[in-house]
Amino acid sequence: MNVTKRLLLGSALAAVAAPAFADGHLVAGCPVEGRVAILSNDFPALAAVSARAQECAPEATINATTEHKDIQVPALTAEPAEYTVAVVANSSLVPLLTADLVRPLDDLIAEHGANIDPGQMIKIDGQTMAIAFMANAQHLYMRSDLLEQAGITEMPTTWEGVIEAGQALRDQGIMENPLAMNSAAGWNLAEEFVNMYLGYGGSFFADGSAEPAIANETGVQALETLKQIAELSGPDYLTYDSNATQALWSAGEVAIAQMWGSRAANVLEESGEEIAAATVLAGAPTVGGGSSPASTLWWDGFTIAANISDEDAEASFIAMVNGVQPAVLEGNEDKAVWLIPGYEPTPVAVGVSETATGGTAPYPMLPYMGAMHNALGAELVDFLQGSEDAMTALQDAEAAYRAAATELGFLQ
Amino acid sequence: MKHGAFLRFIAPSLAAMVLFIALPIVSVLIQSMHAEHEQVLKVVENCVPFAGCTETTSIDQEAMRELREERPLGRFVGGDIYAGRNHLAFDSVGAAWAASDGIGDFLSRLMNLRFYKALAFTLTYTFVVTPFCIVIGLCVALALNTLPKLLKGPTIFLSILPMMITPLIGGLVLYWMLDSRGILGSALIYLTGDPGLSLKASPVLTWVMLIVYGVWSSIPFAFVVYYAGLQTVPEDTLESAVIDGASRWERIRYVIIPHLAPLTTFIALIQLMDNFRVLEPIVSFSAEANAISLSYAILNDLRGTETALFGSAAATSMLTIIGVAVLLSPVIWRTWRDFTSRNAH
Repeated sequence: MNVTKRLLLGSALAAVAAPAFADGHLVAGCPVEGRVAILSNDFPALAAVSARAQECAPEATINATTEHKDIQVPALTAEPAEYTVAVVANSSLVPLLTADLVRPLDDLIAEHGANIDPGQMIKIDGQTMAIAFMANAQHLYMRSDLLEQAGITEMPTTWEGVIEAGQALRDQGIMENPLAMNSAAGWNLAEEFVNMYLGYGGSFFADGSAEPAIANETGVQALETLKQIAELSGPDYLTYDSNATQALWSAGEVAIAQMWGSRAANVLEESGEEIAAATVLAGAPTVGGGSSPASTLWWDGFTIAANISDEDAEASFIAMVNGVQPAVLEGNEDKAVWLIPGYEPTPVAVGVSETATGGTAPYPMLPYMGAMHNALGAELVDFLQGSEDAMTALQDAEAAYRAAATELGFLQ
Repeated sequence: MKHGAFLRFIAPSLAAMVLFIALPIVSVLIQSMHAEHEQVLKVVENCVPFAGCTETTSIDQEAMRELREERPLGRFVGGDIYAGRNHLAFDSVGAAWAASDGIGDFLSRLMNLRFYKALAFTLTYTFVVTPFCIVIGLCVALALNTLPKLLKGPTIFLSILPMMITPLIGGLVLYWMLDSRGILGSALIYLTGDPGLSLKASPVLTWVMLIVYGVWSSIPFAFVVYYAGLQTVPEDTLESAVIDGASRWERIRYVIIPHLAPLTTFIALIQLMDNFRVLEPIVSFSAEANAISLSYAILNDLRGTETALFGSAAATSMLTIIGVAVLLSPVIWRTWRDFTSRNAH
């Protein structure tokens, strides 16, 4: 069964899968002997998984840091690797694959992975390289009270609708800068372009090669839409990262925002009661008459290092399997949109669920996508600030990407 | 001192300099002339949650392993990275020159290239912050020197506070204060009467903000050095100047400033070097949309993407070293000339 369907049928599955594990039993093989060292990003859902893994491997060390993607390659290159487990997302798995630092998990799954759903397996060239356990995506947060005040009864489901609603809010003097997205120059802005460009149905590279293909009509449309949103955002929009947009939302200074699903529980918790009650979560909007939402799907999963002994790998795998058993859901349902059998989507998961079921594409796992993302983050600013037209900005991004991709050996 | 004794005397420092300064620079130089191997790509089937299985491009690990073992440094590309679009960009500069209809137009086209954009801000920052820091530092030192003893201690402590705060943290504190909802930001909005005023949105104001921050954070250094120097100004000369009827300004102009001249050279040297490497304020002010520096370009190459661009970062580092050398050459030349002319007497 694919995971999209499971998000819908979560409750049905819960009845089947949950009881077996609900009492928090450890999986067979626990406690493990052998070294377990986990490197992961730092947010509550991952902490919950690591804590469960530690129950099976009491000696396990955990390094949860937001800098994880900067240390993972050197740390796993060492012999033996500094960490036996690296918890990764779509994009951070790529450098590990590129440098050949994580091992195929198929043998371990056959032996210890009976409870892992095939939909959780990240398969590359037929080999399972990672086990995904949660999903994330950017989606809409809307203030129903303000929209109603502006006479908008139906929540917008397209970016055109969002922009129209934003304009109405401004024109009626309800809010001067009603829209927000994570549009900080750099990674965040590039991510918004990626979402919008895919929403318009664009593709980043010429078929089957690393040649860039973004300087086209679709790219221009995506940029124009971003600019329309920026014009309805606060003047500092080029400094808005997730923390900034979350703060704006909690302060009640935004009416419609596109933010990460993983922040939903936090956002609602930090907002005042009035704001939280009026906040409606919904899937990312479509754009330009496209069929799938203008967003990208992200998953988080675990990998096992290549440069460690087979015993340590086995111990680490068993510990992590214990970490992602349905028992981890208990008390943590709100912390993520879990891909774990038995998960029943909670109200804060609505945005990500709708985005996923809408047919949103996952963030591309191409080895040269990182270079493209970086080039976009640096070069698109000129257009948004009005010092360049859209096509020139896109051509600049292509040129910057080309230089980086040549250095990385993807282009000649 | 005999040459032999002199050599033995400086041998340990020489060894340390070779080991910790020269060798790393050589290694960076070598790095800057290498790129990654040409990647052997193959089309594989990827299966991920939500999307199911799709054909995508991936790296052929078997083939790459061989290549890497054969030449672990990567592929030698000589000066290609230096000449490439993200650095000196000779092709793009040539094209911009050919297409532009005047020097102004050419410069604005040049600002579209990352290296020149970074260089423009770095140079502006260096050449504005350094003189301001020297002049204000001297004024603060002169003013403080006239304070009664009781007040001196606490005032000195307060004056060097900006230097004691980590630049990243100091920048961040100021950043939030300058936010349109922060105390300084809202004060500015009140003073100008413009509710849309945002220091972070306009390129000009961002530059001003960064430069003001730079001056603020580096004044204490100049002040401390000048203050120490002021304690060595010969009392006799000052007294005789007073007897000759020199005003306070004339004493400063003709006695104190010449006496402190060597310190000014020292401060200028250190400040030029420091300011040319400006990085922290850009990070803490999230100013990369409006201002980037050479150091920021290096950081972005190493940390901006999942796959670090080591060659590119190394090339920018080498260009930064060359930039510092060019900047310092007049000061060093002057010091050398003073030294030789003094020896000639």
